[in-house]
Amino acid sequence: MAQATFTYTDLAELEAPAIVAPRQGYWWSVQRRLRGDYITLFFLAIILLLVGVAIFAPLIAPFDPNKTSMIYRMKPIGFRQFWLGTDELGRDMLSRLIYGARLSLMMGLVPVVLATAIGGFFGVVAGFFGGWANTIIMRLTDIFYAFPSVLLAVAISGTMGGGIANGLLALTLVFIPPLCRVTEAATTQLRSRDFVEAARASGASGLSIIFFHMLRNILGPVLIYASSLISVSILLASGLSFLGLGVEPPTADWGLMLSTLRQSIYVQPLVCALPGAAIFIASLSFNLVSDGLRQAMDIKA
Amino acid sequence: MRAGRRAFSLGARRTQPRIVPPGDPRDRGGPAQPLLLVEKLRKYFPITGGVLNRKIGAVKAVDGVSFVVVKGETLGIVGESGCGKSTLARLLVGLIPSDSGSVVFDGDPVGGAHGISLRELRRNLQIVFQDSDASLNPRLPIEESIAYGPRVHGMARAEAKSTARDLLGRVGLRPELFAPRYPHEISGGQKQRVNIARALALSPRLLILDEAVSALDKSVEAQVLNLLRYLKTHFNLTYLFISHDLNVVSFIADRVMVMYLGQVVEIGPSDAIFDAPKHPYTRALLESRLTVDPRHRIEAPPLTGDPPNPIAPPSGCRFRTRCAFAEEICAEKVPGLGGWRDAAAHLAACHMTDRMSGHSRAGQALPPLPRAPKPIEAQIA
Amino acid sequence: MWLYAVRRLLLAAPIALGVTVICFGLIYLAPGDPLQSLLPPEATQSDIAYLKKVYGFDKPIPVQYLKWVARASMGDFGKSIQNNRPVLAEVGQALSHTLIISVGAVLIAFPLALGLGTLAAFHLGRAPDRIATLTSVVGVSVPNYWLGIVLIIVFAVELGILPSSGMGPDGSAHFDLTQWSQLRYAILPVLTTALVPLGIIMRSTRAAVAEVLSHDFMLTLRAKGLGPLTIVCHAIRNALPQILAVMGLQFGYLVGGSILIETIFNWPGTGFLLSKAILTRDIPMLQGALLVLAMSFVLINLTVDLLQTALDPRVKRG
Repeated sequence: MAQATFTYTDLAELEAPAIVAPRQGYWWSVQRRLRGDYITLFFLAIILLLVGVAIFAPLIAPFDPNKTSMIYRMKPIGFRQFWLGTDELGRDMLSRLIYGARLSLMMGLVPVVLATAIGGFFGVVAGFFGGWANTIIMRLTDIFYAFPSVLLAVAISGTMGGGIANGLLALTLVFIPPLCRVTEAATTQLRSRDFVEAARASGASGLSIIFFHMLRNILGPVLIYASSLISVSILLASGLSFLGLGVEPPTADWGLMLSTLRQSIYVQPLVCALPGAAIFIASLSFNLVSDGLRQAMDIKA
Repeated sequence: MRAGRRAFSLGARRTQPRIVPPGDPRDRGGPAQPLLLVEKLRKYFPITGGVLNRKIGAVKAVDGVSFVVVKGETLGIVGESGCGKSTLARLLVGLIPSDSGSVVFDGDPVGGAHGISLRELRRNLQIVFQDSDASLNPRLPIEESIAYGPRVHGMARAEAKSTARDLLGRVGLRPELFAPRYPHEISGGQKQRVNIARALALSPRLLILDEAVSALDKSVEAQVLNLLRYLKTHFNLTYLFISHDLNVVSFIADRVMVMYLGQVVEIGPSDAIFDAPKHPYTRALLESRLTVDPRHRIEAPPLTGDPPNPIAPPSGCRFRTRCAFAEEICAEKVPGLGGWRDAAAHLAACHMTDRMSGHSRAGQALPPLPRAPKPIEAQIA
Repeated sequence: MWLYAVRRLLLAAPIALGVTVICFGLIYLAPGDPLQSLLPPEATQSDIAYLKKVYGFDKPIPVQYLKWVARASMGDFGKSIQNNRPVLAEVGQALSHTLIISVGAVLIAFPLALGLGTLAAFHLGRAPDRIATLTSVVGVSVPNYWLGIVLIIVFAVELGILPSSGMGPDGSAHFDLTQWSQLRYAILPVLTTALVPLGIIMRSTRAAVAEVLSHDFMLTLRAKGLGPLTIVCHAIRNALPQILAVMGLQFGYLVGGSILIETIFNWPGTGFLLSKAILTRDIPMLQGALLVLAMSFVLINLTVDLLQTALDPRVKRG
C-alpha cells in the first residue's frame, strides 16, 4: 500500500482556479447595487442640491431674505420678480427658503452626528463589556425611552428657553437612546460569534478587538439607522421652530416661516404652504435615500 | 496491514507519536514531562429563575476532569453532544473562566503567582472551531485575519502579512490567489484551512481542534485530515482532537479519552480502546457505529434514551441509568479514574475494573465486541 | 406568564422613578432661578420669600422632589400658578380632549393600515404594494403640522366646508360628541393625526406579514386548499404580536406628542396645556402634565409588552 505523500504542490494544484476573479469587497458590491436604484439616486441628487443651495445661499438667493417691503406684502407665486411670492412683511419667499435650508439641514444633521458618536460609544461599551455596565446604561436609556420624542424635545428645549443651541441639545438627547440601543444590540450579537472568540483566543485585548474586528461589522447597520433619523431630526427641528422654540425672528427658518404665515392662509394659501413643502421634500429625500441604502447594504455579498 | 477496526483507510499508516526532538528551544522538561496536565477541572453554569433571577441550579458542564497530554501525540476526545467536550476546549484556551482545578503547561501552572499568564499560554495553545464560516470576520481579507494574531503580540505589520502568506502556502492555498480574498469567496474546506493557518500563525505547540472537520463534506474532510497530519510533523505540534465521529478519531488519534456528562469515563491508547474497551459506555458507542457489512447486523440498539439532565446527574456513576451492567454499588459510590497521570495506561472509571469495588463483575473484562468491521482490502482479498 | 408580568412590573418601577426625576428636575436644568420669571421686576424680597414658602420652593431640591412625589402618588399635583386650579383636574380635562383626537385617529388609521399593509404583503412588488409603500413613505416624511395647514387650506379656506380651528363653536366646555355641528370640528384634527401612524403601521404590517408569508407553514396551508380569507387570517394572527407592538407605540406617540396638532387647531388638549405651561413657566403644571403624559406612555408600553407575551408563546422573556 502506497504511503500518502503530502506536499504543498499536490493540493495547490487542486486549489488554483483557472480564472482569477477580481477582489470584491463589501462596499464595492454596495455601490454596485446602488447604481441600479434610480429612485435612490434621484433623491440623492436632491439632497446634494439642497446641500449646495444651503452652502451657496448668499450667491444664489435673488434678494436679501430680511429686506421687508410694505407695498409687496403677501404677493402670490410668480408675481413679477418674486418667483415664489412674498410673505406677510414683504420679504421674498424664494430667498428666505434658500437661507432657511441652512438652518434646517444643520438642525437635521448635527444632532444625528453627535448622537451617533455619543450613543454609539455607550452602546458599544454596554454591548461589549456586558454585566453591570450594560445594565446601568440600558436602564438609563429605558428611562429616556419612556418619553415620546416630540414631548421630550419640546420639554427640554422649552424649559431651557428655546434657541438654536438648546434645540440642538434637546434633539441630540432625544436621539442618543435609540442609537445606543441599536449599537448595543448589534455589538451583543457580534460578541458571541466565533471570530470574536478566536480573536480573544489569540490573546487580543478588548479594545483591540473592538476597533479591529467589531467596528467594521457594526458600522453598517448603525449608519443606516442613523441616516433614517436625519429626516426625523429635520421634522422635529422645524416643529420646535414652529412652536417658537427655535431661532428668533427675523431669521429665515422653515418652521418659523410656517408659523408666522399661518395667519395669512386666507389671503395667499399657496405661499403659506411653501415652507412646509420644503420641509417635506427634505425629509422625504433623506428617508428614501436611507431606505435605498439599507436595501443595498442588507444583502450580504 | 493487520485486521483492525478501521472502516476505511486513506492509504496512509498512522505514525507513532513523534517525540519532540531535543533542541526545540521552547521545550522544558523533555519528553517525559507532559505538555499539558489538567487536574480536576470544573465548570458549572448557573441557572437563574424565579422572580428575582436568582441562581436555582447549575449545569455541571465539566465536573472534575483530569488527564495528561504527551508531547507530540494526538489525543482524541470523544463523547455525545452535551458531554462537555467543547466546554473543556474553551476552558483550556481561557475563553471561559474555570470554577476550580488547575492546568499546567509544560511544567508551568497557568494563572496564579508563579506560573505563566493567560496571554503567554495563548502563544503556545491555539484552537480551531467547528463553524469555519463564523470563525472568520466577514469584512476582513483572509491575510488580515491570519495576521491579526501575530500583530496582537507585537509583530510588525509587514512581517505579519508575510507570515500569513507563508502559512497560506503551508496549508495548501496559493498565497497570491487567496491572500486578498474575503471569506465569502472561498469554500468551506478552504475556510477551515484558513482557520488552521490562523491558529498556526502564533506558532503554538498545542493545537485544539474542536470538531474542526465535522461540518465538512467527507472528501474535504479527508483532505483536511491529511493536511493536519502533514502539519503535525512539520510544525512539531501536539493535537487535542475533539470529535463525535469515532472513525475519524480512530484514524488520527494516538490516545483516546471518552467523556460522558462532564466526566472522563475512559482513557487509553487508541488501539486498546477500539479493540477492547473497558467502560460499558465506550463499548456501546463502538457498537453503535454503522457498517455496510451485511453479515454484521444488530437487532437492538446498544445505547438507548437520552443522557440524563446535567443539572441533576444520577448519584454515584453517572452512566448507571443506561448501563447494562449497573448494580447497587454503582448508585452508591462514584467510580474514580485513578492513575490518570500515567500516559500509557488504559483506564476506565467503572466499578467493574476495580477488584475491590463490590461489583459482581469486579475484575472481569467486558464481553468482547460482537463484531469487528473488516477493512475493505481484507474483504476483497 | 404571571411571573413574567410581576417581573416586568418590578422592572418598570425604577424606570418610573427615573421618569419622575426627569419630570421634576427638568426645570432646574435651565439657567437662573425658575421663580424669577414669574414675578414682576419690582417684587420685594418678602414677596419672593412668601411665594417661595407657599409653593415650597424654599426647601432644598431633593426634599422638594420627595414631597412632590409623595403628594403626586396620592393624586395631588399642586395648583397651577396661572389660574390657581388644581393641576390634576386641569390635566385630566385636557387629556380627555386629547383622547378624543387620539382615539379617533386610532379608529381610522389602525384598521386601514392593517388592511392595506396586509394587502401589500400579499401582492409584493405589484401595484398595491407600490401604492402602500409610497403612502407610508409620505406618511413618515410629512410634517404633520404642515399637513394640518394644508388640510385647513383645502377644506376650510378653499372649499369652506369644515371649520378651521377650535373645539366646537361654543368652546371646549360645551363640546358634545353626539352632535354633528360639534363633531365636525374634530374631523380635520383627526385626519391630520391619523396620517403618520397610518404610514408607520402600514409599513410594519407589510414587513411583518411578508415575513410570516415567507415561512414554509404558509405554503402548507395553501397546499391544504384553504380559502384565501382563512389564509389571510392565519397570516395576520401570526404577525399580530409584532404589529401590536408598533401600534401601541404609535398610540403612545399620539397621546404624548399631540402638541403640534393641537397648536394648529387650537384644540385644548394636553399638548396645548404643556406648551402654555412652558411659555408661562407654570412650574407645577409643567411637572404635572409632563408626568401624566410620560406615565401614560410607560403604561401603554407595559400593556403592549404583556399583550405581546400573552399572544406569542415564542417570545422568550426574562
